[in-house]
Amino acid sequence: MMLISAFVAGVLFGGGLLLSRMSNPNNVLAFLDLAGDWRPALLYTMAAAIAVAAPAFWAARRSQQSLLGLHVELPDRFRFDASLILGSAIFGVGWGLSGICPGPALLLLSRADRGAIIFALALIVGMLIRVPSAQSAPRSRQRRLQQPSH
Amino acid sequence: MSSVSAIRISWACGMGPDQIPALQSVLGGALIGAGAAVLILFNGRVAGISGILGRVLHGDPGTGGWRIAFLSGLLLPALLLGPGVGGLQASWPLLATAGLLVGFGTRLGSGCTSGHGVCGIANLSPRSLAATGVFIGVAVLTVFLVRHGGRG
Repeated sequence: MMLISAFVAGVLFGGGLLLSRMSNPNNVLAFLDLAGDWRPALLYTMAAAIAVAAPAFWAARRSQQSLLGLHVELPDRFRFDASLILGSAIFGVGWGLSGICPGPALLLLSRADRGAIIFALALIVGMLIRVPSAQSAPRSRQRRLQQPSH
Repeated sequence: MSSVSAIRISWACGMGPDQIPALQSVLGGALIGAGAAVLILFNGRVAGISGILGRVLHGDPGTGGWRIAFLSGLLLPALLLGPGVGGLQASWPLLATAGLLVGFGTRLGSGCTSGHGVCGIANLSPRSLAATGVFIGVAVLTVFLVRHGGRG
């Protein structure tokens, strides 16, 4: 059952990326290019996604248990550290250069053109690089990517 | 610098952005939000694509392989209908550099547009709001430098 819901969630997410046309990097870059021919489409898409997801997150936060009886795994909402800011800034440079973030990168692979494959391979290599554990972070708050999953 | 200037004069796919009716943007976003809602309500998990893909790559498909199920579903519409865009025409050094930065940055920052930008903000997380502000701000600055940096 939880595989079906995860699959359905993926189909909805992927379908939404296609319908909003945010799998096309040009549409993302058109939002990021404030000084050029600026297009607000990404803003509408993100706002609608947040508005629809927010009540679900509110309910999940309260009940701590999913409809399938699984523990709700929500990240700490108030933990700020250097990795968060530095990582997000590095991501921002790559996103600004290409207009591609991880979801669209996977969708673009469906055409399997040379550029999409190069981007996806580089993305995978980037994700596989092991980050040395942050010395500045308190020991009780190890980074999330090193936590075992359930 | 030829790889960067290539994108300064052209778009990543050789042409400009699509004309997207606002209603279509909103409906697409609502579908994305519905996907995130289903995953948190039924599986108790955040639909963060960099986190899900990163953990799979590090050998952790999750209980019963739910991460594989999610990623398979994510790809299905594009496999059936195509990715909605032609081939990427940006130069390969640029795509490789950008891909590396996106992969490394999203793992270091524990999230991307989906995990922080959609799910985190929907979860009213100041942490995710800060991350989203940083990556959108830096991306805007990057696009400005690449496209307009030479003009002033």
